[in-house]
Amino acid sequence: MASAGLEAEQTETMTVREAIRETLREELDRDEDVFLMGEDIATMGGVLDVTGDLHEQFGKDRVRDTPIGESGFMGAATGAAATGSRPVVELMFSDFIGVAMEQTMNQMAKMRYMFGGKTEMPVTVRTTEGGGMGAASQHSGTVHAWIAHFPGLMAVAPGTPAAAKGLLKSAIRSDDPVFFFENKMIYEQSGEVPTDEEFTIPLGEANVEREGSDVTVVATQRLVGESLSVADDLEGDTDVEVIDLRSLYPLDTDTIVESLNKTGRLVVADESPLSYGTHAEVVARAVENAFYSLDAPIQRVGVPDTHMPFSPPLEGEVLPGGEEVRDAIERIV
Amino acid sequence: MPSIDLETEAGRKEALRRMLTIRWFDETAGERFADGEIPGFVHLYIGEEAVGVGACAALEEDDYITSTHRGHGHCIAKGLDPKPMMAELYGKRDGYCNGKGGSMHIADVDAGMLGANGIVGAGPPLGTGAALTIDRKDEDRVALSFLGDGAVAQGQVHSAVNLAATWDLPVIFLVENNGYGEGTPADEQHNVENLSATAGAYNIPGITVDGMDVTAVNEAVSEARKRARDGKGPTFIEAETYRFHGHFEGDEELYREDDEVERWEARDPIDSFAERLMDRGELTDDGFEELTKEAKSTIEEALEYALDAEEPTPQEAYDDMFGADVPELTRFAQQVRADGGPDHDNGGER
Repeated sequence: MASAGLEAEQTETMTVREAIRETLREELDRDEDVFLMGEDIATMGGVLDVTGDLHEQFGKDRVRDTPIGESGFMGAATGAAATGSRPVVELMFSDFIGVAMEQTMNQMAKMRYMFGGKTEMPVTVRTTEGGGMGAASQHSGTVHAWIAHFPGLMAVAPGTPAAAKGLLKSAIRSDDPVFFFENKMIYEQSGEVPTDEEFTIPLGEANVEREGSDVTVVATQRLVGESLSVADDLEGDTDVEVIDLRSLYPLDTDTIVESLNKTGRLVVADESPLSYGTHAEVVARAVENAFYSLDAPIQRVGVPDTHMPFSPPLEGEVLPGGEEVRDAIERIV
Repeated sequence: MPSIDLETEAGRKEALRRMLTIRWFDETAGERFADGEIPGFVHLYIGEEAVGVGACAALEEDDYITSTHRGHGHCIAKGLDPKPMMAELYGKRDGYCNGKGGSMHIADVDAGMLGANGIVGAGPPLGTGAALTIDRKDEDRVALSFLGDGAVAQGQVHSAVNLAATWDLPVIFLVENNGYGEGTPADEQHNVENLSATAGAYNIPGITVDGMDVTAVNEAVSEARKRARDGKGPTFIEAETYRFHGHFEGDEELYREDDEVERWEARDPIDSFAERLMDRGELTDDGFEELTKEAKSTIEEALEYALDAEEPTPQEAYDDMFGADVPELTRFAQQVRADGGPDHDNGGER
């Protein structure tokens, strides 16, 4: 499935994992101020093998194993970013943000504003999200709504390998703090990725992955691929437009509105808890900006307000997938 | 070269001048706060001047510091200008943070001041981070994090010290033990007599010095700085001091006895340093009077500057959230402000 708008580019087939690793390699190579830090990212190559061999190429100074102390190393990344470094932190599982929330919300997010704009905060935090591995509640959370909600932080969540590359480049090159949320179940998903080392995707730009005229599915991460499969299945019956939201904050209202003006129907599919989250924000933008275009009630697909359970039948119950997206479409078309 | 050389007579006078400037800055801030002119909270450094000045004198000008919620003294000791400091207390546009930070968040990154901080214990991870930049870029600098005794109970402090010690980063942790974490005595918050014992867990030097003695603080920090620059990593210093005022202005101080305050006031760090200079024949009563007058006049000018400075316009509340590369956010804020919301007149069009 080629992403729209990439046809003219030189591309290579890659998995999401490879796209992230190669992007890190290119950015480490491009800018001496960029360095990686996190738990087990060097010698071990990352618990989910994303950083891989980067430490061999760039050495211990550029790819650093930290102690298991999220509050310390997230704070150190913040202090380093304020003084001229461009740290890229790997926070092993997004559930661990809780350990470092003070440095994240009171320091990283507020320093530029509180200092009257007199500092930059070029820090990137890569972290994994999502259920599906039987990893239970403390290693399966989808928490990007916390970060997207908090002023001063940007949050992106790629749904394709190309989005992973383009967004990670923009995150690393941004002078603001950007959280990069990787759904751990799509590391093996492959697709076409532009080989251009300057290929970036602007923060705050959604992408229409598949055009359609009957219903818009705004999806994120793993649910982008699942929604595209559903759209294929429904072809000839229902014409489904699938948008990879990509940026949670800033959020691309224009692309959503443009799509709704065409389809009049909206499904929002995101693997975070349903209350007060990503879904609610997309729905609010749709209602504020395209109310008169809506022909049917908006549907949300997400995690019922539970934590992720351990036992496979329980996890399968709460984890949203293509079936839930299909049901949601059928309810309103 | 340290920013103030206490080995010289000129340096000692400069240190005394800075201590007096801090004293009058905070006396003035306290009065004006009591008069209801300054919004928010104000935490004064009065009584602790020897720590900030002794420490910053040992640093070079481009070294970094992180501060605490009691940060006015650190700012002046680091060489910041009292005018934009006072303007910041008043929430004026010409304050160090354009009125976005106030007393608890004064910062001047270009001057190496990475911010006063409203969160107890938040500075050490930032200091460790600044030291990480120094280390990676092989710069000839150090970072010093001031923290209070209360902060030694915070997990993130230990996480930061462990990281700095493990990586031999050029950072100094300086605890200002003023006897109270807010309104609770330090000995009810910690199970060790000396907070410098913390260093033992990280295999770095831990020392306790007299925080009422500017020279003692200066010597300890000078040595720690040398150690940091030699690639030997952090030092953990505890300076025993006392705040003559309450935790914040308006604090009724029900948690401590008057005679305790009097005992410490008898060891006033400014008076005792001035006396030592007089004993050495480097200062006369008149000379001290003159320095005091200079300090008062510097602060009067700062106050005048602050009072004359303009208030920010309400729209400035939306500035400085992100850097220049995020036009969408600016547009969104402008849309809400200028248009009163999105356009509602295109209903039904599709």
